Amino acid sequence: MARVVFIGNFRRLAGGDTEAEIAASNVRDLLRRLGERYPALAPHLDEGIALAIDGEIHQDALFSPVRPDSEVCLMPKIAGG
Amino acid sequence: MAANSHGKTNGSTRWVGTRPVRPDGVDKVTGRARFGADVHLPNMLVGKVLRSPHAHARIRSIDTSAALALPGVKTVVTRDDFNDLPSEFVPAGEMLVNYRDVVRNVMAREKALFEGHPVAAVAAVSEKVAREALALIKVDYEVLPHVLDVVEAMAPDAPLLHEDMITAGVDPAPTTPSNVAKVVEFKIGDVEAGFAEADIVIEREFSTQPVHQGYIEPHSCIANYSEDGQAELWCTTQGHFVVRGHCAKLLGMDVSKLRVTASEIGGGFGGKTVVYLEPVALMLSRKSGQPVKMTMTREEVFQASGPAAGTRVWAKVGMTNEGRITAGEAVLKYQAGAFQGSPVQPGCMCAFAPYDLAHVKVVGYDVVVNRPKVAAYRAPGAPQSEFAVESIIDELAKRIGMDPVELRLKNAAKEGTKAAYGPTFGPVGLVETLEEAKAHDHYRAPLKPGQGRGVASGFWFNIGGETCATLNLGEDGTIALVAGTPDIGGSRASLCLQAAETLGVDVERIRPLIGDTSTLGYTFLTGGSRTAFASGMAVVEAARDMIRQLCERAAKIWDIPAEAVEWIDGEARPAGSNAGEFEPLSLADLARLAGKSGGPFVGRAQINAQGAGPSFGTHIVDVDVDRETGRVTIERYTVIQDAGKAVHPSYVEGQLQGGAVQGIGWALNEEYIYDDKGRLQNPGFLDYRIPVCSDVPMIDTVIVEVPNPTHPYGVRGVGETPIVPPMAAIANAVDSALGLRFTDLPMSPPRVLKALGDARVPEAA
Repeated sequence: MARVVFIGNFRRLAGGDTEAEIAASNVRDLLRRLGERYPALAPHLDEGIALAIDGEIHQDALFSPVRPDSEVCLMPKIAGG
Repeated sequence: MAANSHGKTNGSTRWVGTRPVRPDGVDKVTGRARFGADVHLPNMLVGKVLRSPHAHARIRSIDTSAALALPGVKTVVTRDDFNDLPSEFVPAGEMLVNYRDVVRNVMAREKALFEGHPVAAVAAVSEKVAREALALIKVDYEVLPHVLDVVEAMAPDAPLLHEDMITAGVDPAPTTPSNVAKVVEFKIGDVEAGFAEADIVIEREFSTQPVHQGYIEPHSCIANYSEDGQAELWCTTQGHFVVRGHCAKLLGMDVSKLRVTASEIGGGFGGKTVVYLEPVALMLSRKSGQPVKMTMTREEVFQASGPAAGTRVWAKVGMTNEGRITAGEAVLKYQAGAFQGSPVQPGCMCAFAPYDLAHVKVVGYDVVVNRPKVAAYRAPGAPQSEFAVESIIDELAKRIGMDPVELRLKNAAKEGTKAAYGPTFGPVGLVETLEEAKAHDHYRAPLKPGQGRGVASGFWFNIGGETCATLNLGEDGTIALVAGTPDIGGSRASLCLQAAETLGVDVERIRPLIGDTSTLGYTFLTGGSRTAFASGMAVVEAARDMIRQLCERAAKIWDIPAEAVEWIDGEARPAGSNAGEFEPLSLADLARLAGKSGGPFVGRAQINAQGAGPSFGTHIVDVDVDRETGRVTIERYTVIQDAGKAVHPSYVEGQLQGGAVQGIGWALNEEYIYDDKGRLQNPGFLDYRIPVCSDVPMIDTVIVEVPNPTHPYGVRGVGETPIVPPMAAIANAVDSALGLRFTDLPMSPPRVLKALGDARVPEAA
């Protein structure tokens, strides 16, 4: 199962959990299951988030693959100048 | 170069990494290039904006009757012309935006929230008439107390900008409104335990001033709204698709009815990622039935377009006597301007990113004040927080007598490091930049008496995003490359090189242009150091798409299977002797035969680029401080940065130099001066002093290349990171020269002189 890491305000929305084990094959599955497990997090999962999957930042990428041994870090969406 | 039929390189490159003359260069040096204000249309009107003279005032009424009665005035718009939009955060453009705020920033509704806030706009037959009309508009203001400082704005008794603003990110939610829009917290490990391991702990408070992006070309646009509800907009912007989205939302239009063309751009640096004039010009054009052109004056640019956030940062770092950093903690208070949305979140994430730390805690506050809404500026949020941390790192190195580069090497983030903002880094090049710094002759060169040397490192994430590109093969074998990302830093050259490399053709045979919003699919803006990376990936995909078509066509002509054709050095060849004996077909051959063999060739790509590679840089600076005047002179400056792969090294060097120079201005001179009524006193380049050529030496550059494995040629973004280290590097150099630690920017002559006087620093021997 992928290891999901919560940082920033996502940790608060995940009830203080720092990590969670989630079985998912892609980002869409992962977000859906996160939302089911953490209802307070659910409204925030479809807006303004990025995922670092094994260190690689993915934004707005529902079908990016997630491997069973992946580390997935929920982050605020990144922009720039 | 040898390329296989998928257009992949075998490691060596023929075009990527070379320095051809820029394709837009001749037009720019001859004056042919058309910038925002260079377009004129028949029957065009001139639009001007009436701006609030007050930093904070309730707008009781607006009477436009006298202005409308003035001969030559065609129409006037106010808040009544724009539909109010509910509070709704949507991922539109650079960051999440709240259209409730966007519509109010474009045209004040209930209140004017900063000096320069638009209150009304006029379209008239000339600028003179438009200005006369503005003077006839009567606005009844109830002037309110204002607040400019971030700490004062957080006080319980501060004037409230938004009476309904409840701080987000706090449990339980506050029951009363405040100017604090949001609180964010990033935490790994246990900072108290980390500080307990430290032999030395240093904590300090820092402040930075809001600074403007300083683009030379002011905001400008021309709107042409037709009777059938369609409209064209020409504007200077970093993202015309984003402009289209915002304007369509504010005017209640279908996006397909609004065609936006990005002009050449005279600088943006993040400041041209939002809309100011564009919806107003469209509304004036819609009401008047004529084209309307609007151009800001420099004064308006300073008064009403977004600066970078001014900040107050408290930071604390613990370290052992051996130079191992044990913990870092910071509290960041960022000005958002009149509406929420400062870059405090990335500021928090970047603060300790260059280091491999087990214990980090950063808390950030997004605070509204009566200043223009901040906009992105190169690596938004990072320079302010990293200035604080990199200053303390330098102080720690001096405290234990360790070389500051060695200290950074000892603690540097590298591949496999769990970043202070959460994820684990893939391949990154901080260590390589530090090693280059250590080996650089600048770092070992002797200093003159009284001079000081400083170093600092910096980090930015970089991004990808939605991107389209098209390659159109002409009948003579030349190619038109169409991208959707405005070229603000040489991206056209970079994209041509990547296309040439993939196709195996001479780069001179590819002519780039930036397509308007009707010629390509949605393409996110130029920002986040994404263009060479994301548009580059799209162009490579489009080239591969074209190669597939070319190989299929050659197979058809030769009457062999498509799999039996490969693309090498810009021509189709039979893949081995079993495929048959045929003379290769070049791009020009296939272009000539296109019509008779099945039609034209168009390579297309529409992607959402993922996997942008983070970028690190390290800067070295030597300063000389005039003890009579307090002036800090930059004697020598070297930027070392990981570019992944420098597609066009001259442009990469230009980005590194430009970022460093802007950082020098941020460090030494730039600040907004307001009077006690909240009115800006220095809205011009004479009094708001950005560096000019005579202020800086030639900025030396070293490009490190640690490839980004996600990109076909290893590209990382380079435009943001170089503005991150200069403030700390210069403060560290000034400290080395004077033994005085500056924690407040800018280190302008009056401040330096005062500090020298306060400290009574003796003349250097």
